[in-house]
Amino acid sequence: MTAHATRHSNKIKTSLGSKIFDVCNIVILGLIALSTIYPFWDSLVVSFSSLKSYLSTNFHLWPGEWSLEAYAYMFGNETLWSSYLNSIFVTVVGTIINMLLTIMTAYVLSKKDLKGHRVIMFGAVFTMMFSGGIIPLYMVIKDLKMMNTLWSMIIPTAISTYNLIVLRNFFNALPQSVEESAMMDGCTEVGVLFRIVIPISKPAITTVALYYAVDHWNDFFSAVMYINEQKKWPLQLFLRSMLFENDMAYASGGESLYLLGQPMKMAAVMMAIIPIMCVYPFFQKHFAKGVMLGAVKG
Amino acid sequence: MTTSVKAQSRTAAGWKYFLRHKYMYLMLLPAIIYYVTFHYVPMAGAMMAFKKFNPMLGIWGSPWAGFTYFEQLFAMPKFYSVLWNTISISFIRLIFGFPFPIIIALMLNELKNQRFKKIVQTSIYIPQFISWVILGGIMVNLLSINNGLINGIIKAMGFTPIGFLTDEKYFVGTMVVSMIWKTFGWNTILYLAALSGLDPQLYEAATVDGASRFKQLLHITLPGIMSTIVIVLITRIGSLMQAGFEQIFVLYNPGVYGVADIIDTYVYRIGLQEGKFELAAAVGLFKSIVNFLLVIIANKVARMAGEEGIY
Repeated sequence: MTAHATRHSNKIKTSLGSKIFDVCNIVILGLIALSTIYPFWDSLVVSFSSLKSYLSTNFHLWPGEWSLEAYAYMFGNETLWSSYLNSIFVTVVGTIINMLLTIMTAYVLSKKDLKGHRVIMFGAVFTMMFSGGIIPLYMVIKDLKMMNTLWSMIIPTAISTYNLIVLRNFFNALPQSVEESAMMDGCTEVGVLFRIVIPISKPAITTVALYYAVDHWNDFFSAVMYINEQKKWPLQLFLRSMLFENDMAYASGGESLYLLGQPMKMAAVMMAIIPIMCVYPFFQKHFAKGVMLGAVKG
Repeated sequence: MTTSVKAQSRTAAGWKYFLRHKYMYLMLLPAIIYYVTFHYVPMAGAMMAFKKFNPMLGIWGSPWAGFTYFEQLFAMPKFYSVLWNTISISFIRLIFGFPFPIIIALMLNELKNQRFKKIVQTSIYIPQFISWVILGGIMVNLLSINNGLINGIIKAMGFTPIGFLTDEKYFVGTMVVSMIWKTFGWNTILYLAALSGLDPQLYEAATVDGASRFKQLLHITLPGIMSTIVIVLITRIGSLMQAGFEQIFVLYNPGVYGVADIIDTYVYRIGLQEGKFELAAAVGLFKSIVNFLLVIIANKVARMAGEEGIY
């Protein structure tokens, strides 16, 4: 009887502890989710606030005084549009080139009986472990006369070895029987790639293409290295100049001057985020899969 | 004579094999050109660290300088400060940033409401897709002394506002926290994938045996994702020399160079802004070699621990 009672109370205790844990868990995760979203919301609110209402407070939960001035200014900024176009060009053309090269290479390297595939694969993987550094690469780009061209943001990153491995692993895991029967029917190896492998690999290919596209859109490193001319600026360089460089006060640690255009700056930030947010739902569908593909040993 | 005939027939067979698969090899050609031009030529070009570089003569034609630049480098106090900054920033990041996504993944795994779980996941993945330039702008907005939320809270609690991005005392902490903030959500994915692969029968059996949720976590969940944890740890150790160029390059300013200057930002400044190419190449080469050794060691340790390793 007592044993029974103890067990009973024990059960209640654990389930109570369990309930308390569940509540805490939900609250903490909710706060963490909020902490990743709130900074964006704050910026959005600032971008729609008048400068006066922005400067009057530290808290920007809602615009104190609505204003579209910041956006009006940004829409009229020629450099913004030219850098927007440059970024779109780099992203679209860059991703097409990335995908062409990555698919072809991954397909060939997925053929384990093809002579020489091992050497090439090692050659690619080795570049993930060792590099010559940024200065020698800079010299190569310079010698190729790619400085201050948008191609400097496309060609030197034509293949990401990580994405190559992801796609090769995916091709490797495809059932061989389909490909073999197609070969039997007189399809060439190249024909198999285009008629069979690519159509059945659409999810993996989409994932990799999205990775590449986001990388191009966000690429700041190549731009900072190889592009000086303002006409050739991609969006990220425009943003840097607008957010950080124009303010001498920022560099000297002062505050008053560098806050002058805060709503305007946040409007620029919002305009750069919008394209990412548009593809984000597609990402949601695919990306977890991509990470798992990459987790398969190379 | 017979051997030469044999060799001939072997090359002939090789040719035949090559011709039969010519389109396959043709498809490989762009990749080979790419890797040679943008990876292997720069690797060879790293020897400019041993040359007195003359732009007219190019890297190959310039006269040798031996270890001059390395001697210069190792005699510079600035080099050690930059090296220290790099290692300490990535080490602090490793200590705090490595366990955090594991904890979050475990917490997400305990959620019963799938819709709430999805909402949390959707929000915490977002920063991964935003560039450091944009995040930097957002951080300045949030951390501003006069008009930012964080300092607003600090002031409301009666403390003096903090210059998170301008004060040497706080800069590294700001970099570490914001880096974790950007990446932790995305980093939970691998663990969540591993967690979803665990056998539900194990949990049922444990519940029947009266094991509490905490005990289940300790004895079923953690061992189940241990191999994933180890692999991620190896990758992180292998990239200890990457302290985050873009983030620091965007956010640092001369006022905090003392703590913020890392190898990559230093190479950029002395190489591309001051034109000391050889010295910058020497720093870069030093970093590449250390990085390479770290990857090799991390992988060896993983093999010794019974994991497969990453290559």
